[in-house]
Amino acid sequence: MTPFNTADLLVILPELVLLGATCAILLVDLFLKPGQRDVTHWLSIGALALTAFFVWRGAPEMGQGVYAFGGMFVHDNIAVVLKLFVLLICALTFVYGRHYLRERQLLIGEFYLLILFATIGMLLLVSAGSLITAYLGLELLALSSYALVALNRDSSISAEAAIKYFVLGALASGLLLYGMSMVYGATGTLDLARIQASTGFIEHPNLLALGLVFIVVGVAFKLGAAPFHMWLPDVYQGAPTAVTVFIGSAPKLAAFGMAYRLLESGLGGLSEHWTIMLSFLAVLSLAVGNLFAIAQTNLKRMLAYSTISHVGFLLLGFVGATPAGYAAAMFYAISYALTAAVAFGIIALLARAGFEAEEIDDFKGLNQRNPWYAGIVAITMFSLAGVPPLFGFFAKLLVLKTAVDAGFLWLAIVAIVFAIIGLLYYLRVVKVMYFDAPVHDAKLELPPDLPLRWTLSLNGLSLLILGVAWGPLFDWCNRALGL
Amino acid sequence: MADWPILSLLIWVPILGAVIVLAFGRDETVARWLTLCIALATLALSLPLYFLYQPGLTATFAGVAAPVTMQFVESHEWIRALKVYYALGADGIAVALIVLTTFTSVLVVIGSWASIDKRVSQYMAAMLALEGMLIGVFAATDALLFYIFFEAMLIPMFIIIGIWGGPRRVYATLKFFIYTFLGSIFMLVGLIYLHMKTGEFSLAAFAQAGLSTSEQAWLFFAFLIAFAIKVPMWPVHTWLPDAHVEAPTGGSVILAAIMLKVGGYGFIRFSLPITPDASYEYAWVVIAMSLVAVVYIGYVALVQEDMKKLIAYSSIAHMAFVTLGIFVALALTRDFANPDAARLGVQGAMVQMISHGFVSGAMFSCIGVLYDRMHSRMIRDYGGVANVMPWYAAFFVLFAMANCGLPGTSGFVGEFMVIVAIFQSNFWIAAIAAFTLIIGAAYTLWLVKRVIFGAVTNEQVAALKDLDGREWVVLGAFAIAVLAVGIYPKPLTDLMEPSVLQLVNALMTAKA
Repeated sequence: MTPFNTADLLVILPELVLLGATCAILLVDLFLKPGQRDVTHWLSIGALALTAFFVWRGAPEMGQGVYAFGGMFVHDNIAVVLKLFVLLICALTFVYGRHYLRERQLLIGEFYLLILFATIGMLLLVSAGSLITAYLGLELLALSSYALVALNRDSSISAEAAIKYFVLGALASGLLLYGMSMVYGATGTLDLARIQASTGFIEHPNLLALGLVFIVVGVAFKLGAAPFHMWLPDVYQGAPTAVTVFIGSAPKLAAFGMAYRLLESGLGGLSEHWTIMLSFLAVLSLAVGNLFAIAQTNLKRMLAYSTISHVGFLLLGFVGATPAGYAAAMFYAISYALTAAVAFGIIALLARAGFEAEEIDDFKGLNQRNPWYAGIVAITMFSLAGVPPLFGFFAKLLVLKTAVDAGFLWLAIVAIVFAIIGLLYYLRVVKVMYFDAPVHDAKLELPPDLPLRWTLSLNGLSLLILGVAWGPLFDWCNRALGL
Repeated sequence: MADWPILSLLIWVPILGAVIVLAFGRDETVARWLTLCIALATLALSLPLYFLYQPGLTATFAGVAAPVTMQFVESHEWIRALKVYYALGADGIAVALIVLTTFTSVLVVIGSWASIDKRVSQYMAAMLALEGMLIGVFAATDALLFYIFFEAMLIPMFIIIGIWGGPRRVYATLKFFIYTFLGSIFMLVGLIYLHMKTGEFSLAAFAQAGLSTSEQAWLFFAFLIAFAIKVPMWPVHTWLPDAHVEAPTGGSVILAAIMLKVGGYGFIRFSLPITPDASYEYAWVVIAMSLVAVVYIGYVALVQEDMKKLIAYSSIAHMAFVTLGIFVALALTRDFANPDAARLGVQGAMVQMISHGFVSGAMFSCIGVLYDRMHSRMIRDYGGVANVMPWYAAFFVLFAMANCGLPGTSGFVGEFMVIVAIFQSNFWIAAIAAFTLIIGAAYTLWLVKRVIFGAVTNEQVAALKDLDGREWVVLGAFAIAVLAVGIYPKPLTDLMEPSVLQLVNALMTAKA
């Protein structure tokens, strides 16, 4: 047991700030009337901003990490990059969700608080230095997410989705925990760095390998990689759109962080095993995601399958088990999270009271009714499809390059074949917006929520801007990994 | 103005112009005039490119004078970690194609003036963006930059066909997009592989990569898929007739006149310098595909009932001459040690590209003129047009003659050069290729006979009005270009000569 050291508190200052702020918001929210929910809204965004400030302030030098609590908590630049983007995207979620929830009388404090708690979980997860921290972070994220999906408790679809999510999530957590116990049994430690150091000197390498299998399954479940993707379409579709914005974006960053910590920091010595496993998961995810997405008529469900295929791409970054590959995968996760936020945000924007705007046909003729947002959706879809010069193309380029560099040329070719298939359903969305006649001729009525409209537009344009100026972000990812 | 970043201006003026048109073009007339001004400004910017390009420029490296074909060079670091550069440059070949692009774009804007009447600003913006991206393709000397423009230009074309196209536009545009995307994405893997070998994306570095024979073969086929679909070559041509038939006139003109040239340009920029040995080894594949296109597609064109489809198939047959000229040069350099004939082949291919740009653009514009009046492209709906539209008939017959390759028109020059070059290598290939002159004449003249000549067949035709001022400008400009290249092609060939020479010299020796 390492003695308690007050300097450790400085390292986890951002998390402490967020926790304190969350508790304060919890109390404040109790005394607010339903009409005053904006106070919670702005306080929550303020809390995220404050946390981001402390994350940035406490960033260690590039390529170095600060350890706290005897190595249980790592604050390095990978964590800094991921945390900043997690915080940014959670703030976007609040902005995108407010109007949608208000129209449905769902704008309750729980929405903010559960997301804030989930955010604390994600911050812990990406800073995990031991199996325990990873598990704690993961569960905090997962439990908050289950409840969020059921935010609309009168909706049977939401409830069904939440139950499915909970049962399957609990199963995955169990498998993960089981794998962790085997790793602990084989190495005698929970500390990731020590697990790494002891690989190769242990008595029962098979036990460690078996533990690895379970850990990969747990990670794959959280990422939503096929064949552990079953929960994803139902949850994305069943959750209120404002919640889907959250579930579809920020947790992918955290899941990348978890995969990096567990597989690279902890079990990096077994990379020759897990690269094979991940390459198969990647192929399967690409196939399942892209093929099933074609058949969907519900946009949220289609985007859910598209997420699965994007996870396949993200995993390509891992097959090399090189820092450059992780940087590419991190870049991919950031690009995906930003893009998914716009995609689901638009659905929330176009929804009105009593109308969800989540069927693909609801987008018919959008170009005639509102060319600006049709353009934003088109940018998003082309970015998801990986058409240059948009952000998504460069993310794909980098992970494909990782696969080719690592000698997985076949995997790169499989990936692009599925990318072509994927093009089909993204183009269909563009097609209905631009080429089909609108069902209603009326001009689109947009919500009066100006921060929502401005942020969403900016978020959409960022996909174009980052497509041209992706260098700084890529450099940042590289430097965070010590390149 | 020699030190201006002319190429950057040429790319970004139209692309930013597109944004301006979208922003301020709510009024249709404003959108049209704004677009015309931007297109004219781009054309004006491209003229210095032609006049300032010095074909004979040499520089001395270590006491040896070497020709400098890449001029107007710009290079800025874009992504340091991957050594990606925003690198532009133009040799004689690129200059010719860029001027073709700016010239045609102006005519397309004028030609679409009245025929596009819904969502004008979006159409004009898409055209301008497309123009900028096409110039980007021809000017990029960094492979990733090339690829970005190569792919990005699908988006405006997709929109142009899909919104302003004919009844089956959605099918046609999806087919167009997916087909071309399919081709180019294999090239992307090839480029990533080359980056792994060389550590950068510059085309010059790729050409020095020191690839083994089998690596070259894989890369050659990756490039072949991408560019063969773009050209398009038989048997991957099937997207083109659909896209042409459904596209609005302006879209067809850009597609035929410029976008197809990107394929031929790709062979010259990528396949030949980067994989010369594989290109030599598999030249027979390309030559065989081209010959099938010349003969078989020629016959297919003969039976078409839709004028646009007929010209689309004739485009495929004519573009086959481009690939023939390029790939026959390989056999000529290595088997026959005849660089002069090889140069003639590549030169001929290039002249054919430029000429086909003018001729096909003019033919599609002609069909557009009729379509605007009658809303039909079916040959059977016409007949005796010459009686009511004499000026139009004169232009149509001129362009039809150019399409057959009549001496004095631009169509003759390129085909003749290519056939002469092929004769130096193989008589039979030349004989089959020369067959095109007969089939080409057959389908074109038969089209002229049925549409233009004869008695007026129905009342709608009788009521047709001859060309208006705008149509005069468009067809007149094309006619001047067709005749100029046909009668005096020397400025064009002189412009490209050193660049072609350098390419052919590089082919002489095996790399692996």
